[in-house]
Order: sequence, then structure tokens, then C-alpha cells
Amino acid sequence: MFWRMITKTLIRQRGKMLMIAFTVILGVSLSTAMMNVMLGVGDKVNRELKVYGANITVRHKDAALMNDLYGLSGQGVSDKFLHEEDVLKLKSIFWGFNILDFAPMLDGQAVLNDGETVQLLGTWPEKHATLSTGEELHTGLKALRTWWEVSGSWLGEDDDGSVMVGHLLAGEKGIHVGDSITLNGKAFTVRGIFNDGGTDDSKILMTLPALQDLMNLRGKVSTIEVTALTTPYNDLARKAAQNPRSLSPDEYETWYCTAYVSAICHQIQEVIRDGVAKPVRQVAESEGTILNKTTLLMVLITILSSIGSALAISNLITASVIERSQELGLLKALGAYNWQIVLLVLAEVMITGLLGGVLGYFLGIGFAQIIGQTVFGSYIEIARMVILIVAVILFFVTLLGSVPAIRYLTALKPTEVLHGK
Amino acid sequence: MGPSGSGKTTMINIIGCMDTPSTGSVILDGVDISRENASSLTRIRRDKIGLIFQQFHLISYLTAVENVMVAQYYHSMPDEQEAMEALAKVGLADRARHLPAQLSGGEQQRVCIARALINSPQILLGDEPTGNLDEENEGIVVDIFRRLHDEGVTIIIVTHDPEVGDVAQRKIILEHGRIVDDIDQSATFGQALKLKSHS
Repeated sequence: MFWRMITKTLIRQRGKMLMIAFTVILGVSLSTAMMNVMLGVGDKVNRELKVYGANITVRHKDAALMNDLYGLSGQGVSDKFLHEEDVLKLKSIFWGFNILDFAPMLDGQAVLNDGETVQLLGTWPEKHATLSTGEELHTGLKALRTWWEVSGSWLGEDDDGSVMVGHLLAGEKGIHVGDSITLNGKAFTVRGIFNDGGTDDSKILMTLPALQDLMNLRGKVSTIEVTALTTPYNDLARKAAQNPRSLSPDEYETWYCTAYVSAICHQIQEVIRDGVAKPVRQVAESEGTILNKTTLLMVLITILSSIGSALAISNLITASVIERSQELGLLKALGAYNWQIVLLVLAEVMITGLLGGVLGYFLGIGFAQIIGQTVFGSYIEIARMVILIVAVILFFVTLLGSVPAIRYLTALKPTEVLHGK
Repeated sequence: MGPSGSGKTTMINIIGCMDTPSTGSVILDGVDISRENASSLTRIRRDKIGLIFQQFHLISYLTAVENVMVAQYYHSMPDEQEAMEALAKVGLADRARHLPAQLSGGEQQRVCIARALINSPQILLGDEPTGNLDEENEGIVVDIFRRLHDEGVTIIIVTHDPEVGDVAQRKIILEHGRIVDDIDQSATFGQALKLKSHS
């Protein structure tokens, strides 16, 4: 009888129920879209921020100490080097998938054909390799210096006889693309002139093997620049960054298995011999700040849409109950307890809400993809946990929206509606 | 019986456990219902009272038999067979699958009576049960009341209609909330009923 009454009520009151379902669809679709974007936006924002360069730098521990103590870096600061053969191991760490791009760097200096000493930078301009896992790797400095303005062209992967010259040095020495220069007596062709906007503009860039030969440092690198997708800092990450050994076993496991920049640095140090990995503060903090603010915005929109839905549902349910007060009063007169009447009305609303919720969820996924395509140019990955969160929000929004109607129902006296008193 | 405002409906509401007196006490089957809380009053009403309304108050989207089953559902367990028998008892077996809008006023009132009787109440309360009926249907309803009375059901009816009042075993006249007359009609009870039901 219960379900028969509910079914017939839903059919008879389909206009109002459709309005309630429509309200739920709007609220749920917005919440679903916002939460999916919120949960999927981390990687997207990180990828957007990748244009600001590496967010982790790896140095030999001696060089890192000099950098920490005196802020020194570059050629001659330390005579200790990292091993080039370790560089590809970056992709083998637990968070290897989050390592987007990296490039080893070797600092050096040489005498130019005019007799002056110039700073050199050796790197992988581009690197293509097949990892032991079978994964194809495409990385290098070109992927890390997306903001460089280059006249001429970038160095190729095996372009050991060519160099790129920083635009300040090129201007000072009158070097042009296609010119030939000598470094320590060895001839190189200028393949391109680059504008970095920083200190590199006074350097000459060459392939890593070329500089290693020139400096007689075969297999050595000074630093490794790494771009990684990271999770914003929280208290656990801060505590771990100070001293991972201060963590309890459970905290350590959580931290190690979360893509905090400190956890990734820790894992990098496990594979790079004598290496000390440090986050580049400005980039790491920008990522965290932007992510936190974006998340806050999404949460606020979700809360506001939920409140809006609850208010709209409240009005619709109350109107429906007042319209049916004679029928509901009759049920009381026939012996229904208050909770039985409330159950009846709540069941009707919950069924309507559930139908609206399912439709709203799929509509929300569509909205999320539109946002993903419009803002980030890619699809948002659907998070299954959103289903649970939306279900909980829907339940409480519908319940809260029903409160005024429930109060009206419990106060309703059969005599007032049956005898017109 | 009594003029408008005399307290007839209030009295029915109090006996029907839908209202409580501001002073005094009401003893129903040995229980002072003026002291009971809302939940107890609901239970007493469900178990002991059957209600008949002037406006019938049938649920518009349920069929006649479903309207009867609603009372069963809130009392114990819906039983369609039993509900059909109750409708047959008031002469509506062939109208059981009709919606209230498809029934005449007299038929709707008979569904209302079947609904009131389905849980075998000790007392049947009727607030102007013939107030919205034509003379023919009034006769049918009064005849049903007679049969129920013969079966031992206590029936309390509020009415403006002297002819309906005359068929009662006992007639109480109210004015301004007070009993001004209490007439025992046992002697003419059967005769008046026959006259009414055959008119």
C-alpha cells in the first residue's frame, strides 16, 4: 500500500515532482562538475605551471651545501659531480609517472676565439630513450625552457658540433646564427641565439657530451632540473620536509605514497647517488597557492549551489504538502502516526531526488568535460568518489529542504483540514 | 443535534480523539482520553473509532477499494479481499475499481462508511454523514446504519436533519456547548427506522 500510494502520488503530482527533480538536477550537476574539476584540476594546474620551469633541482650534496650556505651555484663551486648514468633512473621512482621532464646540466667555462673566458652550459637539448620498463622517454631542456625565444634553431639530441649562444653574449661578441666559434680551440657552429631573460643569456649552451669532452668530465653532471606533478603542501608534508625520520610509520607511508614535492625529492635522492633534491620554492609554492585557491572556489560554489537547491526544494515540498494537507490530515485521522506521514512524504521526495540526482550526476560529468576542454584543453578524469560525495550532499540537501514541510506535517491537526475549523 | 456553533463537531472530534477538552474528562471504554498524549490518542482512534465525514474525504487518486485499504494499512495489514467484502456490504462490490470522481455522492459516502468499518471499530462517528446526499442516498445510508446497529456497532451521528435525528435510539440536543435535552427514542426506534429507510 505504501508504494502504491507513493507511485500514484508521484504520477498525480508529476508537475511538482518534476520541478523538484529539476532543482536537484541543477544542484547535483553543478556539484558534480565542480568536484570533478576540483579533484582533477591538480594535474592540470601543475601542467599549466610547467611553463615556469623545473620545480625540483638535484645537486651533488657538496654543491648543495655550498648553495645552502652561500647561495653559490655554477661552475667551480664544487669539484664533486652527479653521475649522468643515474639521470634516467628518475623515471624508476615510485612517483616516476609524475616526473614530466628533466635535463641534466653541466657548468663549465672555456676560452672563446677572442681570448676571453665564457661560461658554458652542457645539457640534453632533447633526449629520446627507451626505459627498462619499455616506456618511451622524450625529455630534455627544450621541454623545460618553453619560454625561450630562439632565433635559428634548437640543438638536436646528437648535435655535438653546434652550440646555442645567449643573446646578451651574442650581442656583445657580434655572434650570429650560422657563425663558427672556437672554444678552447675546438670549432663549433652557432645553431641558434636564445633569450632566457635570466643569467643564462650570457652563456653558451651545448650538448652534454660536447661539454664533458671539452671539460674532460665524461659522465659527470652538475645539476639535474626536474619538472614533477606535485600535491600541495600540508602539515604532514611540512613535517616530512624538515625531517622524514620524525614521521611515525603510518605518517611515513602516507607521505611517501602522496606526491608531495618533499616525498618526490626524497625518492629522487634514493636513486641519484650523492644527490640532494630540493624544491624550487617559488614554483612549488605558486602551484600550492593556485591549487588551494581553485579548490576553495570550487568548494564554495558547491556549498552555495547546495544551499540554493535546499531552499528551492524546501519551497516546492512545503507547497506540495500544504496543497495535500487535507489528504495527509485524513491519513492522521485514519490512525497514521506522524512518523508514518513523514516517511511517506520523505520517500516521495527522496525518490524524486534520486532520479534527479542520477540525471544531474551525468549532466555534471558533461559540464566538467566542457570546463576541462574550455579551460585546460583536455578532458577531466572522472573521480568515482564524487558519486559518494554527491549522494551524501543530495541526501542532506533533500532532508534539510524537507524540514519546513516535516514541521508543518507534525503540527497538522486533522480537525483543521477535515472539518474546516 | 443542535444549531451551528452548539459544539456538535467539537464533541465528535473529542470522542474521536482528534481534539482534547480544555476542561473536564472524557471516558472512552474505561480510559480517560483527556489525559492521553497525541500518540496514545492516535492509537485509540485507530483501534476503536471509525470516522464518516460529510465531505467523504476519499483520496482522489486511489480507487474505492484502495481507499478502504488505506485504513487497513494504518491499522494493521492491507487485505484486498477483506476490503472488497466491506464494499460489498455497502453495495459497492461492482464499483470497487472506480476512482472517487467516477462515483456519485451517495456511493462515495458508502465507500467512506466501508473505510470506517474495515477495522471493526467499537464506535462509528459520523459528522453530518447525510449532509451532502439526496433523499434516496440518505435512505440507503440510514439503512446501512440500521444494519450496523443491529450488528452491535455503536453509532454516534451529528446531524441537522430532524428526520435522521428521529431514527436514533437516543437524541441529544446541544446549545452553546451544553446538553439541553437528552431524549430516549427506544420505543419508536425501530418504527422510525423503517419509515426512513422505505421513504
